Amino acid sequence: MKKLLLGNAAIARGLYEAGVRFVSSYPGTPSTEITEEAAEYDALYAEWAPNEKVAMESAIGASLAGARSFCAMKHVGMNVAADPLFTASYTGVNAGLVVTVADDPGMHSSQNEQDSRHYAIAAKLPMLEPSDSTECLEFTKIAYALSEEFDTPVLLRTCTRVAHSQSLVELSDRQELPLKEYERNPQKYVAAPANAIRRHAAVEERCRKLEQYAETTSLNRVELGETSLGFVTSGTAYQYVREVFPNASVFKLGLVNPLPTEALRRFAEQVDRLIVIEELDGVIERHMRANGIRVDGGKDLTGYLYELSQSKLRAIMGLEQPESVAFDEPVPGRPPVMCPGCPHRGLFTVLSKLKLTVLGDIGCYTLGSAAPLFAIDSVVCMGASIGMAHGFTKVRPEAAKRTVGVIGDSTFMHSGMTGLVNMVYNKSVSTVLVLDNAITGMTGHQQNPTTGLTLQQEPTYAIRIEDFCQSIGIRRVRVVDPQDMQAVEQALREELAAEEPSVIIVRRPCMLLKYVKPNPPLRVNAEKCVGCKSCMKIGCPAISFSNKKSSIDATICVGCGLCAQMCKFDAFEGKEA
Amino acid sequence: MNTTSIMIVGVGGQGTLLASRLLGSALISQGYDVKVSEVHGMSQRGGSVVTYVRYGDKVASPVIDKGEADYILSFELLEAARWIGYLKKGGLLITNTHQTPPMPVITGAAVYPENIVEKLAQKAKVVALDALPLAEQAGSAKAVNVVLMGVLSKQMHFDKTVWDKAIEETVPARFLELNQRAFELGRAL
Repeated sequence: MKKLLLGNAAIARGLYEAGVRFVSSYPGTPSTEITEEAAEYDALYAEWAPNEKVAMESAIGASLAGARSFCAMKHVGMNVAADPLFTASYTGVNAGLVVTVADDPGMHSSQNEQDSRHYAIAAKLPMLEPSDSTECLEFTKIAYALSEEFDTPVLLRTCTRVAHSQSLVELSDRQELPLKEYERNPQKYVAAPANAIRRHAAVEERCRKLEQYAETTSLNRVELGETSLGFVTSGTAYQYVREVFPNASVFKLGLVNPLPTEALRRFAEQVDRLIVIEELDGVIERHMRANGIRVDGGKDLTGYLYELSQSKLRAIMGLEQPESVAFDEPVPGRPPVMCPGCPHRGLFTVLSKLKLTVLGDIGCYTLGSAAPLFAIDSVVCMGASIGMAHGFTKVRPEAAKRTVGVIGDSTFMHSGMTGLVNMVYNKSVSTVLVLDNAITGMTGHQQNPTTGLTLQQEPTYAIRIEDFCQSIGIRRVRVVDPQDMQAVEQALREELAAEEPSVIIVRRPCMLLKYVKPNPPLRVNAEKCVGCKSCMKIGCPAISFSNKKSSIDATICVGCGLCAQMCKFDAFEGKEA
Repeated sequence: MNTTSIMIVGVGGQGTLLASRLLGSALISQGYDVKVSEVHGMSQRGGSVVTYVRYGDKVASPVIDKGEADYILSFELLEAARWIGYLKKGGLLITNTHQTPPMPVITGAAVYPENIVEKLAQKAKVVALDALPLAEQAGSAKAVNVVLMGVLSKQMHFDKTVWDKAIEETVPARFLELNQRAFELGRAL
C-alpha cells in the first residue's frame, strides 16, 4: 500500500519495519516528528529524554543490551550528544544503533546553519542521506543492517526539505527480532585507554572496509544521461538537479561518508563538465579535489549560505527563469510573534520596561528579542542563559543588579540545571527566571520532566523546579504569574537587589494547550481610547492601531487582559473582573 | 502529465497544514505522484507560512519557485501580495480578503498596502472572497481553511466524491460535519 508520508514519519516507519525496540530523543525542529510518530507504534518503546546527550547514551545502552536502538536530534543537538557519539564509534554496537541528525539549511527554525556531515568525518562513522520519504524509509532499514555488519553507529542525515516534505511510500511488515545476546566484553565496551587504543585500530580498519563498501553499494547510483553535463549531488539537492536537468548525467550519493572516491573518478571521466551541487559546506567537492578528481564547479557557484532550490540552480547554471509578476509596493514582513495570550508577553513587557540586560535562551521566548519588546541581549544555545548570566556578572559585579538569565522549563531541564549548580558553587549573585509554561512550546508541545506526563501521555513524576533549586542551595526561590505584571516587577526588583543567587519561576501554561480555555475577546471603547498607544508596547498581534484608536481583532484575541493592564483610561472592555 | 504546482500561503496558526493534507489525500486517491512540503517550527508562531503541493506523473523538487505555481491559495490578503511572484504566467490566485496586520504594521514601522485585490487583479487572474463569514456560517471561524479548499476544488476536475473522501480521511470525526459544511459553502461560490 502506498501512503503519503512526511520524511520524518517515513523514518519512524523504517524504525518499526527494522524491528527497532528503543527510541530516545530530545525534540528539535526539523527532527521532532520522528520520535512522535515512532511513539504511535505499540511494538517499540519511545521516550523524550531531557537532552540529546542522555538520549544518545540511553540508545547506546539499549544497543549494548541487544535491542536495535535509535535517537533523533536536530543539527545543534548533535553538538550536545557528540561526547557519547565519538566514543560509541570506538566501542561499536551490539544490536544496531542509528542516529538521525536533521540539518536546517536556510535556518527555518535554528540558531545556526552547521553541516552535520563534518561529524560523520570527525567521528569516523558512516552517514546516509535520503532525498525523499521513500528513501527515508529504505535507508533507515539499510542503516540497521550496516550498523550490525560493520559494528558501528550509523548516522542518517536529513534536512528540512526531506524531513518536512511528504511523498509516497510503500509500506512493509515489521521484521520481528529477538533481543541479541548480551555478552560482557570489557575490552570492547570499557573505553579506558588500554582498551580504547586497540579499538582505535578497529575503527581505522572499519573505515577502510566502509570505503570499499562505498564503491559498490546501491545507496549510490549513477544515472547516466547526456554526457556533456554531469552532476554529483545528494539529498534534496538531487531533487533540484533532476527538476532542472531531467536529461543530465547524475551521480546520486546516498552514502555521504565515506565517499566512493574511485566511482566518482570514473564518473568524472565520463562527463565533459562536472558540477558538484551540495547544500551548506563543500564536503563532497573538497573530497574530490583532494583526491585529484576534476571538478568544474561547486561552492564557487552555489555558495555556502541558505537552501538551494530549482531557481538558484537555474541562476548559477545561466538558464532562463520562468516569467513572473510582482506586487509593485513594499510588502511588510511578517516575522513570527508570541501568540495572543502568550504567558511570556507579560514578563517581557516588564523586562523591556525595566531595561534589564537579559541573557536569553532557546524557545518561544526567544521572540522576546523582536519588536516591539526588544527585551533580549543574547541567545546562543540551549542552557546558555544561566552560564552567560554568571560570567557576565562575575566580570561586571555592578551589572548583577540589572542582569537576568531567562530560560524555559524544558530548556532548564535540558542543560540549565548544571549552570545553576555552578552559580551556587561559585557564589554568583545573579537572578535566573525560569519561564514555566508547562510544555516544550516551540517544537510543538512535547512533554518534559516537569510536566508529569510521558511521551505516551502516561502520568509520571513531575519534577518541581522550585524543589530542585532549593535542594542545590538556592535560598531565594519564588513563583510569580506573568499575567500580573505588577507582581513580576516587584519580584524582579527584590531579587535583583539580593546579594545572593535567586530564581524566579514565572509560571503560567502555554495558551495553546488544550486545557487552557480562552476568555471572550476584549473590545476597545473608542470613546475612552485616547490613542496613547500604551497597549501597543506589549506586541500583541490582536491589537492594531488606525485612525488614532486601538482596536482588537476578535478572531484571535483570547481575552488575556494584558492590554487592559497597560491602559490608564479603562478603554478595554469585556473581561470579567 | 507535467507537474502541477499549488501553493497554500497564510499566517502561522491558520490551518494551512490541514488544507495541504486534505489536498494531498485527494491527489493520491487519483493515482498521482505527490509531494507536499511544509514549514514547521518557528514560523508557525504567527509568521508568514507557505506549503508547497506538487503533483503529476513524477515529481522531483518538493518546493515551488518564482513563476512556477499554477495556483496560489492565500488565507490572508497581505500574504497574497507577498507570494504573487510565485504565480506562473496564466496561473490563478484565490485569496481570502481578511487582513491580519503583521507586527511591523502594528508597531507603525510599515504600512499595510491598500486595495491589494484590485492591484493584484491587474497582474493576474484573481478570485477574492471573505471566507470568514462562510466559516462562521459553517460553525467555526477556524474553518476558513476548508472554505478556501472548497473554492480551489472547483478548479480541479475531480469528482465531488473524491473530495468527500479526502475530508473524511483528514478531519477529526467530531469536526467532520462542520468541515463538510465549510467545504460546500466554498465550493458553491
